[in-house]
Amino acid sequence: MTQHQLAAHPQHPVLSVRGACKRFGSVVALDDVSIDVNRGEILALLGDNGAGKSTLIKCISGVHRLDAGDVVIDGAANVLRSPADARSAGIETVYQDLALFDNLTPAQNFFAGREIAGPKWLPRAMRFLNKRRMDEQTRSLIQSLNVSLPHLDAVVALMSGGQRQAIAVARSAVFARKVVILDEPTAALGLRESRKVLDLIGALRDRGNAIILITHNMEHVTELAGRAVVLRQGRRVGELVPTRDNKQELVSMIVGA
Amino acid sequence: MTGMDEPLEREVAEPRAAAVANSEHIAVAVGLKMLGAGAVLILIGLVLVLSLLSPYFLSPRNIGNILAQTAVICVVAMGQHLVILTKGIDLSVGSNLALASVLGALSFHAGASTLMVVAVMVAAGAAVGAVNGLFYVYGRLPHPFIITLATLSIAKGIALQLADGRAIPGMPPAIRSLGQEAFAGLPGSVFVVAGVAGLMFVLTQSTVWGRWMYAVGGRADAAVRMGIPVSAVLVSTYVISGTCAGIGAVLLAGRTDAGSPLFGNLLELDTTAAVIIGGASFLGGRGHIGHALIGAIMIGVIRNALNLLNVGVFYQLIVIGLVIVVAVEADVLRNHLESRMRVLRAETGP
Repeated sequence: MTQHQLAAHPQHPVLSVRGACKRFGSVVALDDVSIDVNRGEILALLGDNGAGKSTLIKCISGVHRLDAGDVVIDGAANVLRSPADARSAGIETVYQDLALFDNLTPAQNFFAGREIAGPKWLPRAMRFLNKRRMDEQTRSLIQSLNVSLPHLDAVVALMSGGQRQAIAVARSAVFARKVVILDEPTAALGLRESRKVLDLIGALRDRGNAIILITHNMEHVTELAGRAVVLRQGRRVGELVPTRDNKQELVSMIVGA
Repeated sequence: MTGMDEPLEREVAEPRAAAVANSEHIAVAVGLKMLGAGAVLILIGLVLVLSLLSPYFLSPRNIGNILAQTAVICVVAMGQHLVILTKGIDLSVGSNLALASVLGALSFHAGASTLMVVAVMVAAGAAVGAVNGLFYVYGRLPHPFIITLATLSIAKGIALQLADGRAIPGMPPAIRSLGQEAFAGLPGSVFVVAGVAGLMFVLTQSTVWGRWMYAVGGRADAAVRMGIPVSAVLVSTYVISGTCAGIGAVLLAGRTDAGSPLFGNLLELDTTAAVIIGGASFLGGRGHIGHALIGAIMIGVIRNALNLLNVGVFYQLIVIGLVIVVAVEADVLRNHLESRMRVLRAETGP
């Protein structure tokens, strides 16, 4: 299905940011930045600290609003007023701090804010949780993504860093229909745990999502990303297809040397 | 450890370390289970010891007494429990209850029907709760401590002013019998407690709203990013806490056949203590309705026992305070064991 969609819309980016500008007081965080992401593609968003990566993805995920410019999703310009807006437009974000609820189980985390519940005639908050269906969907998702979570009924507080990261990434997979944004998903992980999360990101891409990946790890960029966009001081300074050979070129683009 | 042992030591170090980790794993797991069931175990132990100390303790009459005396704390503690689940505290419950009882008594004397008197008390409680919640959330206050402290004072002042500083005797017969008479061998107030508990249980455990409340209590900033209406959830917990204070006012006014601005003294202490003693966490997001009930009953049992054993009222305050210290330390210990468990699972896990 993914291959079919890719073939059907070869030149149609699922997400485009056009001329994005954002200021915080006198600080220009984003200055006329444009990016495109296609279905089934991983775009690496690179840049030094303070380059504007986080601001850009916060504008895409509805945390900040752009001062100027558009977020175009599937060809239609969208105004994203809140994270909930972005989520309902099909954009999922895996935050650097994971935004997990330590006191809830993985299934409860997956469906937080989007619980399966009924009957429909009740106001949303008063509906009764369909716990069995949420548990089933969680189990089958965890299986299909090949994540190992031995204690599915335990609260997330009891899980290791890698497991927590995996839960946060898998949560985005439950609802992602178009775009998944990952902000330094392997920053806090060891080698073995990073490997699992990278595989998971690959699985998300193979499901037909467009992925925006922020990372400082050039190995991961060359391994996973189809394209890399580099930001520096709020401006877009270049784009490359990352390979083993042009790693040095990427690094000098990032630091501006 | 002698030097001779060292090579051997190194050789067996790994399996031994694994065995140690494993036995620690079990020890931590057992410790967590014990802490989870701790309040219930202590309550059972307390009842056993007290029944040996005083033959009167387990008599049906005394049990009825304990239940009737604890009913108000039970109902109000259930509301307090929701607030504590969302990392807040409601200091105004006692004054709120007093004001509600005074308004109830005044409306009765103004000729209101029984149903109307009940409605006035419950609505007054809910209204004070709404003030707490709205000011806390939309007034962008750093902590609910401040606003509920303010309404504690304001509600008390209004109640004293309205009642001219005295109790107002007189309640409709139906409210009186609810507070004083027994039905099927149980005090009427027990049925109210059971009804509120059942409703709360369904709300917190089975509805979307209940799940949101746990999420907000666990991590409010993440709840915002997950699209949960955090402000509305927070306000609703204070409204429910206030409503529970209003229901408590009905029970207490019935039992004493009066409304009084002096009702509910130190109720914020009793209810908070009940929730914490019962085993809910002050750190938010942990606990259920049973914790509030067990804690409230434990406070009732301790009070009753100290009375039976002729221990002075002043000592009761000291004992309850000490129990709170133990309960809070147990909460700290539980958090420590959980982080230990996380480390152990990370080491031994896949």
